Amino acid sequence: MSVDEKTVRHIARLARIAVTEEELAPLAKEVSSILDWVEQLGEVETDHVAPMTSVVEMEMKMREDIVAHENLQDQVTRNAPLSEDGFFTVPKVVE
Amino acid sequence: MTDLTKLTIADARKGLAAGEFTAVELTQAHVNAAEAASKLNSYVTLTPEKALAMAKHSDEKLSNGTAGPLEGIPLGIKDLFCTEGVRTTACSNILDDFTPTYESTVTAQLWRDGAVMIGKLNNDEFAMGSSNETSRFGPVINPWKASGDEADLVPGGSSGGSSAAVAAHLALGATATDTGGSIRQPAAFTGTVGLKPTYGRCSRWGIVAFASSLDQAGPITRSVRDAAIMLGSMAGHDVKDTTSVDIAVPDYEAALTGDIRGLKVGIPKEYRVDGMPAEIEKLWTDGIDWLKSAGAEIVDVSLPHTKYALPAYYIVAPAEASSNLARYDGVRYGLRVPGKDITDMYEKTRAAGFGDEVRRRILIGTYVLSAGYYDAYYIKAQKIRTLIAQDFAEAYKKVDVLLTPTAPSPAFAVGAKTDDPLSMYLNDVFTVPVNLAGLPGISLPAGLSAEGLPLGLQLIGRTFDEETLLRAAGVLEEAAGFTAEPSTWWRA
Repeated sequence: MSVDEKTVRHIARLARIAVTEEELAPLAKEVSSILDWVEQLGEVETDHVAPMTSVVEMEMKMREDIVAHENLQDQVTRNAPLSEDGFFTVPKVVE
Repeated sequence: MTDLTKLTIADARKGLAAGEFTAVELTQAHVNAAEAASKLNSYVTLTPEKALAMAKHSDEKLSNGTAGPLEGIPLGIKDLFCTEGVRTTACSNILDDFTPTYESTVTAQLWRDGAVMIGKLNNDEFAMGSSNETSRFGPVINPWKASGDEADLVPGGSSGGSSAAVAAHLALGATATDTGGSIRQPAAFTGTVGLKPTYGRCSRWGIVAFASSLDQAGPITRSVRDAAIMLGSMAGHDVKDTTSVDIAVPDYEAALTGDIRGLKVGIPKEYRVDGMPAEIEKLWTDGIDWLKSAGAEIVDVSLPHTKYALPAYYIVAPAEASSNLARYDGVRYGLRVPGKDITDMYEKTRAAGFGDEVRRRILIGTYVLSAGYYDAYYIKAQKIRTLIAQDFAEAYKKVDVLLTPTAPSPAFAVGAKTDDPLSMYLNDVFTVPVNLAGLPGISLPAGLSAEGLPLGLQLIGRTFDEETLLRAAGVLEEAAGFTAEPSTWWRA
């Protein structure tokens, strides 16, 4: 098994998803079975292959660095679960 | 009056132009059909008032000679497309009752051209799934049933609401998105036509992101011509999506010449996988014969890295998803679960908001991108992707399009594969390579299985050559002569 319970706890923490102790073992099994299956990619010799960066060849487009939309505070915060005076509110971050 | 829900988009357009019926009548017929089909669970939000207001406006434009190319055509919209003032959830609890203050570019273009919105369509949560069983609103039920069997079947996924609604005549067409097969596989499972355009052909702006280097919007319709009509409105450059291409949108309908004499059609030998049902082999052979009789030249080709496409996809797609879905943090929109500090709030919100399949993919994506594993998994997968794209490029030196089956089986029963993610992933074995290489692909219904369920054939085209793809698909459609319809058991 490529991923143990400790690793699942670590990646869940990185992904900011709470998982309970009871969920760790089944998740380790599920994630491992998928990772074990993708191991077959190791059969392919890729030392001299460039990784794909863009699926369709195109040049990165440039635009003028100007403000196109402004004063959208109301629209931007309208769907916020909690906001005040046009700002998002979050639990205290700095002690 | 004839049943207006039986029309194709092309026929409805003619009827509206000739004044045989009004856009309001056409829309009302579809609203009624959709309201009577709650058993299918294909719509998650119906917008009848908006639909009728849009239809009324279309009738004015039809009468004063300013009608657009889709004037008065009722469509369903996958709930992954942001629609201004209409709840958009990606069928995830984490988006709660998110109501966009803006419109996705693709839907804005459809409304610009006169289309009418019937409602928002169910899909797998964040488009992650191949059976439309991971939606927060519950599974969509396929209008089709196996002969002599009452069991509910899946409509494919992730665009299962789109495919079911079009197959059941609850819209003349629907928008859909395809990251690994999510337009084509549900089309195959429901006897409809599903077109995934080339990556960059349609703007992704305002579509809830899953895997940004793979996602592409396209139509699900009941004919190849209808797919061409819808694509003409959906496609086009958008300054708000830097990956959308700045090339002219051709007249896709004009590409349907019906003439494929001399067209070179490749048959990739690697798609003849072990355990493929005989009826799908037979369908593929029929497809080859039909194209040959129409004057195409059949060429055997090899795509040697095909078997590695699916495992590469299950690294790339979760990696991109884990990054894209980082934005759901309980701060700016959607669900928030309070916590003792900000991290606790994030973790509780995301635990409550994401379903099992989405959580699984975020964890895999986070793992393959984490320190020490990035090269072994992510870079390795992107190298495989280069090889897969090269395989196609080699094949296209010899052929113009490729013909394959769309899916390895017909629709299966609800619940049949939900306990085994890997067996679910295998549904996309024939569609995923196309996304990894950014190519256009189309699925069209070509026959019925022994149990009377629709089976699809897939054509794959060259980058930005949807015209040749549609031309070949039109001929294949004509030859297949697929006219079967599901019985209307769901009607209330």
